[in-house]
Amino acid sequence: MSTDPVRAAVGAAFRDEWGRVVATLIRTTGNWDLAEECAQDAFALALQRWPRDGIPGRPGAWLTTAARNRAIDVLRRKAVGAAKLREVAAMSYEPEPRAGVDESGVPDDRLRLMFTCCHPALSLEARVALTLRTLAGLTTAEIARAFLASEPTMAKRLVRAKHKIQNAGIPYRVPPAHLLPERTPGVLGVLYLLFNEGYSATAGADLVRQNLCAEAIRLARVLATLMPDEAEAAGLLALMLLHDARRAARLDARGDLVTLEDQDRGTWDAAAIAEGVRVLTGALRREEPGPYQVQAAIAACHATAATPADTDWAQIAALYERLARFLPTPVVELNHAVAVGMAQGPAAGLPLVAALEASGKLAGYHLLPATRADLLRRLGRLPEAAVAYREALELASTDAERRFLRRRLAETGGPA
Amino acid sequence: MRYLLLICGDESAAAHAEEGCGGWTEEMTERGLLQVTGGLRPPAEARTVRVRRRQLLLSDGPFAETKEQIAGLCILECADLDEAIEAAARHPAASYGTIEVRPMLPP
Repeated sequence: MSTDPVRAAVGAAFRDEWGRVVATLIRTTGNWDLAEECAQDAFALALQRWPRDGIPGRPGAWLTTAARNRAIDVLRRKAVGAAKLREVAAMSYEPEPRAGVDESGVPDDRLRLMFTCCHPALSLEARVALTLRTLAGLTTAEIARAFLASEPTMAKRLVRAKHKIQNAGIPYRVPPAHLLPERTPGVLGVLYLLFNEGYSATAGADLVRQNLCAEAIRLARVLATLMPDEAEAAGLLALMLLHDARRAARLDARGDLVTLEDQDRGTWDAAAIAEGVRVLTGALRREEPGPYQVQAAIAACHATAATPADTDWAQIAALYERLARFLPTPVVELNHAVAVGMAQGPAAGLPLVAALEASGKLAGYHLLPATRADLLRRLGRLPEAAVAYREALELASTDAERRFLRRRLAETGGPA
Repeated sequence: MRYLLLICGDESAAAHAEEGCGGWTEEMTERGLLQVTGGLRPPAEARTVRVRRRQLLLSDGPFAETKEQIAGLCILECADLDEAIEAAARHPAASYGTIEVRPMLPP
């Protein structure tokens, strides 16, 4: 067998199976470092053996067995006392697992790994790093690059997190049913953070950073599959798919932000949009609404409009009102004001923006005066719009934003 | 695993201390978690002991003059951190003060 298809198969198995192999090894050995080390060895072994023996029918099972055998070897070599040998003996015997087994025949421990990595006793930074290392299989160097940290800093963060899990007695399990409602949002939050980090990466950013979106989607897919009763898990997956579908259209050749209105809708990923809508529809059928489903519904309204004029702004305004009940933040209120301004006309949006300005909650946020400017411009109150655009220009923090605002300001006929 | 629960609060917590633990002690004993428990006299009655260059240095008051002071402590034997957090959250002091949950080194 030639090596290239084998390399591709090992690469695919790495993406699909890494987290599963590590998760199983952590369960059987109770040792996170050993689990990672042995998973790595198993993939190295696959690169040696698969060209000779062929790609196994169930790569995941093959890799898990290889990793487990490796762990037994390591433990046996290190074994000094009877207690250690008992540990080895216990590991060699894998009882027929009952729950969590799919057609691949390997028990799926990734859900407990996700909950453990995202335990609230760990700092948010540690949760993110652990999730990328143990579940997605990114190297410490890659995670460091993705989060613009030095490699030693990231390595220290990972070591500290693993020690804390061990020393503080953070359990390796899916929390019992009564704890799920408070713990699940933590897992969803980490995946969403990963996605947003990738989504905000500019075109010139490190590829690892850009790929965070793909990693986040992959993990969200796993989570939605392993928690089929959790509507918000599906909601999060749908939200990611619908945003990611518009990724290419978001920036122009100069790397400037292109507004939804001006995006070339032909470049949107139709398959991703279709999947996002399908996943969202399935989630909504459970009638357990939550912030991710509502945000996905808003994204779906945008993604399914053939032209900007077809956008169902009335529906979007209603959804933002709903979202504000889950996430009562001033940014959500501002988006609601924008949607009302589109649905009912700019005059209807102005009082909502004025109320937000009076509250002082978004003081210093350039999109607040920019929104007021936009409403005024559409009402034909150009001199007032120009004043508001200048106010927004003062507050904007990136060149791309400033270029956009200057273009708009020029349209009002006022001097820049 | 053993966990130390440090029950902390400001001066107003002293008033609560009189109220007792509202059945918490009994519940945790029944569940087999509670190993040691005890309330403390106010921090003003503390003596701080240090030995430097073989000299005994004594001072009045607690080691750290902070607003939040330790008012009591418990040692729990729990399966894991989640169980310890759940037990701490059920303690009445969690609703007016702070409970620090510290994993203990193995004996």
